[in-house]
Amino acid sequence: MLLFVLRRLLQSIVVLLAVSGLVFAGVYAIGNPVDILISPQADQAEIARTVAALKLDRPLWEQYLAFLQHAATGDLGRSFVFDAPAIGLILERLPATLELAASATLIAVGLGIPLGLWAGIRSGSLAGKAILAGSILGFSLPTFWAGLMLILVFSVELGWLPAGGRGPTQSLFGVPVSFLSWDGLAHLVLPALNLALFKLALVIRLTRAGAREALTQDYVKFARAKGLSEARVIGVHVLKNILIPVVTVVGLEFGSLVAFAVVTETIFAWPGTGKLLIDSIGVLDRPVIVAYLLVAVTLFILINLLVDVLYSILDPRVRMAQAGG
Amino acid sequence: MAAPVLSIENLRTRFFTKRGVVRAVDGVSFAVTRGQVLGIVGESGSGKSTVGFSIMGLIDPPGRIVGGAIRLDGRDLRQLTPAEWRRVRGRRIAMIFQDPMMTLNPVLRIDTQMIEAITAHERVPRATARDRAREALGRVGIGAPDERLAAYPHELSGGMRQRVAIAIALLHRPEVIIADEPTTALDVTLQGQILAEMQTLARDSGAALVWITHDLSVVAVLANDVCVMYAGKVVEQGTVDNVLDRPLHPYTRGLIASVPSRHPPGRPLPQIPGMMPSLMQLPLGCAFRDRCTRASDTCRSDPPLYSLDERRVRCFHPHVEEDEAASASERAEEAP
Repeated sequence: MLLFVLRRLLQSIVVLLAVSGLVFAGVYAIGNPVDILISPQADQAEIARTVAALKLDRPLWEQYLAFLQHAATGDLGRSFVFDAPAIGLILERLPATLELAASATLIAVGLGIPLGLWAGIRSGSLAGKAILAGSILGFSLPTFWAGLMLILVFSVELGWLPAGGRGPTQSLFGVPVSFLSWDGLAHLVLPALNLALFKLALVIRLTRAGAREALTQDYVKFARAKGLSEARVIGVHVLKNILIPVVTVVGLEFGSLVAFAVVTETIFAWPGTGKLLIDSIGVLDRPVIVAYLLVAVTLFILINLLVDVLYSILDPRVRMAQAGG
Repeated sequence: MAAPVLSIENLRTRFFTKRGVVRAVDGVSFAVTRGQVLGIVGESGSGKSTVGFSIMGLIDPPGRIVGGAIRLDGRDLRQLTPAEWRRVRGRRIAMIFQDPMMTLNPVLRIDTQMIEAITAHERVPRATARDRAREALGRVGIGAPDERLAAYPHELSGGMRQRVAIAIALLHRPEVIIADEPTTALDVTLQGQILAEMQTLARDSGAALVWITHDLSVVAVLANDVCVMYAGKVVEQGTVDNVLDRPLHPYTRGLIASVPSRHPPGRPLPQIPGMMPSLMQLPLGCAFRDRCTRASDTCRSDPPLYSLDERRVRCFHPHVEEDEAASASERAEEAP
């Protein structure tokens, strides 16, 4: 197991290198930040001075090498706009995004598994069909539109929940979180729901498909033949088999939740990394963009690793294969 | 003769699919007494497994038992509530399935799967249940039961898994055990072992055994009585000695003739021509008509099941001595 983790970590360094190179070249190709950063009234000498200060006059490869050198010490460059370390800016906002993504995952799993089970077991019933139809909506509605509708209904028309912002935060082990106060929770509900919508649909469909498949399996029939209660057959025999694909997908999708948060955060003015990224792209704040993507890739790698470990806990057959080879 | 512990009367089970109604079991009756073994023989799709699942009350929609009675000690199980039927399953009637690779849940340990089978019917402490599970494994000839209890199904061989399934079936000393081709998926050497063990275990516990199989040679060594099923109906029914030594129904004869070991080597093995008609669109009259060499116009009407030569048979033209044949076919036509 340890060897497996070490090998994966080594692979991730290669991935990070490749991504940083691609991103660096890509961002370089978008445009010149100087045109946006410097006021139009600035004269030629001033522009030259700024360009030199930001080291934008150097060839790309030289800039990249300098970046790598600094990156090795944990310094991913300074934001052109905020004049602060890019990594610091991101880490400062990461808890907000992670809280949002975690809440969305919780909603997706907490609602998706029971609904999916229901739809799978009673697939012919009206409720089962309604759940399935609802999941199709969840898949097809664009996130931004669903977000706007949520605001329109719950904030503007009903006035139940705030339309944007994060609300007050409390410190939990030194990390600011919103879910500890009612007001914070109220601010969290709509964006979390908005972000969860797509994943909820995914979990419902996965669970439904898994349940339908499991129900035809001999081991379910045998469990019933033993005289087990329906609750135990579904809650243990079926559910434990469904959890394997659900955990895999939900885990892998957590990374994309963080990435999708860009849209939701923008709509709900949620002060997370997604909003920071959009703002930074708007002003071509290269170091922040590069740092954000590297942090995102690192998250993805860590999540994948975690899912693999979890997977082997859930499925004894995987455990044995790893022990063997 | 002792009163039968399980008797099936005119059981009819149908599957209401989108493409039509499948008459999987169509008027099957039989009875078994304690310590006896009944073989149900037929090809795939003859409805023999559906009989087993009907007795367990485990017919999944779109299937449904539409008629008949399933009497356990005289009480019709079909009158029970689902909860009452659940308490019968595993405790008074147990079932062993065909494929041991599929019957145990792959993500649950053996002990979990055995202990839950005990606690589903009895309130006993976990430790007691575990002890009983260990004993049960010992009874079916599994060595190092403690190690096996902590194992997952994939860590056991096919034969071992089937033994675990048998041990689970025997946990509550059921009055009836339904075995749905439990040796088909195993190696030949294992088949023999499991057969012999099942026979002893059933005899010792006094259970009635319903053995569903397509393998006549298994029925020959194991069963007292046999039902031959074709297209959802019983075509011949009687003691193993009568039915296998002097088969009356052309289908039974065909089945016996196609057992390889009964056949001189080097010559082509006789087969029953054609295949079983779809249960959704059975022809009127005898379902075996199109494959039968003895079929005549009479066979366009439904042959009844009637008594002949110490058994029951469903055929207008049974294989009897010529002088008897005429009267037999007369009798068949007179029967309701």
